[in-house]
Amino acid sequence: MKRFIGFITKEFYHIFRDRRSLFILFGMPIAQIMLFGFAITNEINNVDIAILDHSKDATTEEIINKISSSKYFTIKQIITREADIETVFKKGKIKAVLNFEKDFSRNLIKEQKANIQIITDATDPNTANAITSYINAILKNYQQSKNEDIQQPYQIIPQTIMFYNPELKSVFMFVPGVMTIILMLVSAMMTSISITREKELGTMEILLVSPLKPFQVIIGKVVPYIFLSIINAAVIVLLSIFIFKMPVEGSLFLLGAESVLFIVCSLALGILISTIAETQQAAMMISLMGLMLPVILLSGFIFPISSMPTPLQVISNIIPAKWFIIIIKGIMLKGVGMAYIWKETLILVGMTVFFIGLSIKKYKIRLE
Amino acid sequence: MKTIGYIIQKEFKQIFRNKGMLPIIFILPILQLVILSNAATYEVKNIKFAYIDSDHTSSSRALLEKFNASSYFDILAAYPSHKQASSAMLAGEVDVVLEIPYHFERNLLKEKTADLGITINAIDGAAAGVESGYINQIIQGYNQEVRISYMDASQRVFQPVQIASVPSFWYNTTLDYKTFMVPGILVLLVTMITLFLSGMNIVREKEIGTLEQINVTPISKSQFIIGKLFPFWVIGMGLLTIGLILAKLIFNTPMLGSILLLYLYTSIYILVVLGMGLLISNFTDTQQQAMFIAWFFMVIFILMSGLFTPIESMPKWAQIITEFNPIKYFVEIVRMVLLKGSGLQDIMPQLLKTLVYAVVMNGLAVWSYKKVN
Repeated sequence: MKRFIGFITKEFYHIFRDRRSLFILFGMPIAQIMLFGFAITNEINNVDIAILDHSKDATTEEIINKISSSKYFTIKQIITREADIETVFKKGKIKAVLNFEKDFSRNLIKEQKANIQIITDATDPNTANAITSYINAILKNYQQSKNEDIQQPYQIIPQTIMFYNPELKSVFMFVPGVMTIILMLVSAMMTSISITREKELGTMEILLVSPLKPFQVIIGKVVPYIFLSIINAAVIVLLSIFIFKMPVEGSLFLLGAESVLFIVCSLALGILISTIAETQQAAMMISLMGLMLPVILLSGFIFPISSMPTPLQVISNIIPAKWFIIIIKGIMLKGVGMAYIWKETLILVGMTVFFIGLSIKKYKIRLE
Repeated sequence: MKTIGYIIQKEFKQIFRNKGMLPIIFILPILQLVILSNAATYEVKNIKFAYIDSDHTSSSRALLEKFNASSYFDILAAYPSHKQASSAMLAGEVDVVLEIPYHFERNLLKEKTADLGITINAIDGAAAGVESGYINQIIQGYNQEVRISYMDASQRVFQPVQIASVPSFWYNTTLDYKTFMVPGILVLLVTMITLFLSGMNIVREKEIGTLEQINVTPISKSQFIIGKLFPFWVIGMGLLTIGLILAKLIFNTPMLGSILLLYLYTSIYILVVLGMGLLISNFTDTQQQAMFIAWFFMVIFILMSGLFTPIESMPKWAQIITEFNPIKYFVEIVRMVLLKGSGLQDIMPQLLKTLVYAVVMNGLAVWSYKKVN
């Protein structure tokens, strides 16, 4: 036991001696969560649009005013010819063109119907869709104000309640995601280098001839990083509560316990990578290239998992981050207790055991 | 010139000798491009839908039939009470609950107005907005039918004015996300590989002590750097080529513009990334530090590139930060050139900025590289 403590102390010395890495370890997650919490949103704001008005009458002017006064759109350009649409789109700044037909007012009064074309640059389908529906909403509003005196009978009135996030803030979606990504990548990366580093620098031989058992070496490597990651997690949670006003509806204690579980899981994954990789370079490339994009894309952090093709939904189950995101959203936003997240928790525990078991098995006690 | 040739030869040998790294450099990115491009979709489908029908009339059943017919909703269950429905929502089993209250049909016919209760799990605010839109559309459609079947002819003559809007989606008429994402993810992978490899390369020689051996040779600073970076430039261009071919073959990504122009831009862009990697190499002592810094910038670059979330929606200060993000320019260009067929004239601003960026980065990198410790 004494030997084991000595080994852990050595690991701590290694970490604290490297000031620069330590600074990066703590500084960067804070910088990132601040940056992303404020900057990332998939809401639509200040979209630049252009107007192609063939009638230039009172009605079109009123509609244009309505659109330019909404916070979603900025009218950047007035164009006069159909051919210009292509030109402005190719420059890339303008995302939509509103095309009013000729004699708009007259058609509306005489035929009770006037046409407007919403042309969007649909290279980004999400933005194109959102622009179309926002403009439609504005048009509908305007149309209703024109029809005020007509009563519609047999009206079904939907009363919609937005649960857990009534203001539809995208921060609620992104802060748990960013937190997960930072914890996962930092933890996995930190440990993945630790063993390979000893291999590459040649100190592995010293560890191998020591009386420490393989599982002691591995646990000893993980323990210091658990402490570091817990501090990281606490800072991130505090930031999200005090700066981003994320609620914690559920138990703070449970949130802490689940975070520790997730950290241990990521660290175990890191250890596994490091027992497989021969060089630090390989270890880091696996933990960065192999983990970054899959974690961002398949965890449900930005893109909803339920919309993905079925094979990908199946693959997403092996991403630990997916389960952790479900857990923190549950605890922070829905206020659920263990009764609702035991399944996710059990999966994370299972993954952790699997990673640790596999790395002990893979850990070679002889150098080639 | 000959010296550079030898260094390049040495670097290539080192890269191809390392059998563990080869699949990471070439196979991993390709696999990710092919698989992950399918994941990046904001489309809202398979909405987990449940209902509470307290009315049990032909009207309520007709309304539910409408939801059943829509391809967006996966009708999962009928709950007898509110309590069970909320518990299911807490557990994450359902995302939308429609509640048809008691006397729905009677109210609609007698009082001419009836309420419906809709509860949406709104943690993903954007998706909740879309879901609410779909639901309202279905309800309105049903409402229209009710009106037509119950109103008599005399009531119907009164025509409201109508502004008909015709949406027209250019460049991507089917609103296919893969068309949008594949070029962007390709950009990411090219950047990640070149940045990580170049960022760790020189610092590795430092760490294992072979850099001193090179420093005592007559190789000059610039020869060494060019020799070091050129192989990664080749790898980057190679990856782009493989990626474009796969994009065409597997995803049938439209390629309207000039591919030559894209290569011209990429050749400059990779220089920016390599310069950045070199700079990181110069300011760190261990591969671990280099990796952390590279990772830090990479996460910021990715999430602030406009690849997954639109830049226009960011606050002003964040938009200013994105001006320094090389990935942002590359993502813009690859989409403009491939999907819209933009020409040299259209991409000139981005091209010039990237060029300046490349000069500054590599200037700084060469200047800060010291042969003598």
